[in-house]
Amino acid sequence: MFHQVKQAFRSPKFLVGFIIFTSLLAAAIIYPALSMWHPLQIITRPGFAPPGRYVNIQDVIQVRPLDRRMILVDVDANRLGNVVADEDVYNMIYFLETFLGVPVGHLSVDDQATVIYYWNNYYDPTYRHAGMIMAEHLAWTRFHAQLQVALDGTIIIAYRDEEGYLQEGAGFDTQDFVHIRDIVNVYHFPLGTDNFGRDMLTQMLSAMLVSLRMGLIAGLVATSIGLTLGLVSGYLGGFVDDAILFITNIFTVIPGFILLILITYSLGPAGRGVTVVSAVIGLTAWPWTCRAVRSQVLSLRNRDHVNLSKLSGHSMPRIIVKDILPYVASYVVMALILQISTAILAEAQLSMLGLGPNTAEVATLGLMMQWATMFSAWQVGAWWAFVPVILAIALMAFSLNLMNTGLDQVFNPQLRDS
Amino acid sequence: MGDIIKSDKIAVDRAELEKRPSVLRGDKVTKVFGYGNSKTVAVNAVNFNFREREVISIVGESGSGKTTLAKMLLGLIGVTEGDVYFKDAKRDISSHRKKKEYWRGIQAVFQDPFSAFNIFSKIDSLLLDCINLMGGKKFSPEKKYEMMSEACSFVNLKYDELTNKYPFELSGGQMQRLMIARIFLLKPKILIADEPTSMVDACSRATILDMLMKLRDEVGMTIIFITHDIGLAYYVSDTVYIMEQGKFVEVGSAEDVIISPQAEYTRRLISDVPKIHEEWDLSTV
Ligand SMILES: Nc1ncnc2c1ncn2[C@@H]1O[C@H](COP(=O)(O)OP(=O)(O)OP(=O)(O)O)[C@@H](O)[C@H]1O
Ligand SMILES: [Mg+2]
Repeated sequence: MFHQVKQAFRSPKFLVGFIIFTSLLAAAIIYPALSMWHPLQIITRPGFAPPGRYVNIQDVIQVRPLDRRMILVDVDANRLGNVVADEDVYNMIYFLETFLGVPVGHLSVDDQATVIYYWNNYYDPTYRHAGMIMAEHLAWTRFHAQLQVALDGTIIIAYRDEEGYLQEGAGFDTQDFVHIRDIVNVYHFPLGTDNFGRDMLTQMLSAMLVSLRMGLIAGLVATSIGLTLGLVSGYLGGFVDDAILFITNIFTVIPGFILLILITYSLGPAGRGVTVVSAVIGLTAWPWTCRAVRSQVLSLRNRDHVNLSKLSGHSMPRIIVKDILPYVASYVVMALILQISTAILAEAQLSMLGLGPNTAEVATLGLMMQWATMFSAWQVGAWWAFVPVILAIALMAFSLNLMNTGLDQVFNPQLRDS
Repeated sequence: MGDIIKSDKIAVDRAELEKRPSVLRGDKVTKVFGYGNSKTVAVNAVNFNFREREVISIVGESGSGKTTLAKMLLGLIGVTEGDVYFKDAKRDISSHRKKKEYWRGIQAVFQDPFSAFNIFSKIDSLLLDCINLMGGKKFSPEKKYEMMSEACSFVNLKYDELTNKYPFELSGGQMQRLMIARIFLLKPKILIADEPTSMVDACSRATILDMLMKLRDEVGMTIIFITHDIGLAYYVSDTVYIMEQGKFVEVGSAEDVIISPQAEYTRRLISDVPKIHEEWDLSTV
């Protein structure tokens, strides 16, 4: 066995496939683990964001020394007219007339400039007028600060809390600069974000691992069923062989993918967990492994070493395990590799049809393709939402198939030089 | 033709041979493969009677059904029709235990040593299997080692050099001899050797035949050679069966069959083998 493994690594094709595959696997394991985000964490606003380096606006403002003067309004309210509503002007006139001794009728709502002139000259935010409760006093102080900022022509960013009050924020104007070094969080989205605002790279790499796991489960299911039935059918022959061959033929005649669609559809959304879908893919893929193993066993069981083993008094299960299985093992490994690669593709196809695994916890490559389609990534030109995924699927299938071809050349010497 | 064949072969006393107890007897043994249009009658109602310590050769062209007959005799494939008697009792190999018992008495050496070994298991396990089959499962490791060493040295191999090796690490000749070491451990009543020498050179061939004959003398076993080579058959055997398309067309003592062949087919076989006209000598066989 060890000898065969060593032999496999001498095949350049196998080696290249193996290197690509292990690199993909390593990336899929390491990157999501080191990534600052959970694969399905929503980071940006909805909408496809192209690949690149991103800075959160909040972070930019937070690095600026906080400006104490201000606090205000809606983000786009940078004009006086927008900042100071008519209602505010009435209130200002009332305040000036009541507390600051401005003659009644002297000020008018239409003449905002005069109102503001008086306000700026007479209002003292530090003085609390008699008869005014603290809350009122503070509200006026805040309003004053807002007004000052608004008058500066400064752009304000502020937040409303739950009660609708404006909370701390920061103001900045066109001459405000921040050194890039001082921006604490520079986010890198090497592959942009998807429509939900999730980092594509983290998501894709973790999806690769999930798809691979699904492929492995499906491959193992298909291979173990195919291997067992193939061994039994080929070795026993007779009625058992006929029965197994009959079932295999039925499965071969009905296209596997149709069967897969029917089964997954009948499972319903609730039944389509990741493992279940993988198992179903495996359940529809075993027949050709079975056929191939059977035909190998048919020729092996007439070999003299099997006869010799019988003559040594070995039981049938032992002969199957010790004298037949090792001879088909390399073949079965090859079949397993192919099964994994077809299962990954099958998952992608199923998911594109909306019959893939129904899960909110993990992404699979197929689901990512489905999301890209659902949110018209193709139409809006958000290539980063599907091209890398297609490449990942292709690369994975390619590396697996390359390994398979390499093994084929090692174990079927007549192919070696072609 | 008598003057053409010169050898030091001592003809067996036929009368004495006929009196020996029978070890394997066949009555209209038939094997049919497939059914319908693809039906092949590989062995067609053959009768035979092999006796203790007799050396038999079954000679025939390729496809004449020799291997099929051998496999039936070994109980590896079923008999379509007819009966096989082992030590004068009807052979019963209906269960695995009975088969195991039967295989303590009948063993084989196969044609192609390269395909006769499981390349995934070590040589030790091959020899240990024999000890186990003969009921030596509980022997001490020292005893087993001793038995395996003895078997190896019988065939001029050194167990210590072979232990922990895989069959593919051996030469074809070594494998063939190992196969005989197996027989040495099993000491069966009957040995079927299906073309045991076709894959080795003339020198190893002589050694192998020599070993088998020595083993026969020691153990007192019946050997059934299966071969294309009528010269070899003449040289080693007491009785020769000529097989054509699943039937025995001629049976008799080696001298009778080869010196005065009755069947046309036998004559053709003899004339096809150039060696038969040359001098036969153990050192060149
Ligand atoms: N398992 C099988 N199924 C169908 N036909 C078989 C099978 N084994 C042997 N035969 C057929 O039976 C006939 C006899 O074959 P067999 O192997 O006994 O010949 P042989 O005399 O040993 O030939 P060779 O000298 O080449 O070894 C052949 O026609 C062969 O095709
Ligand atoms: Mg043969």
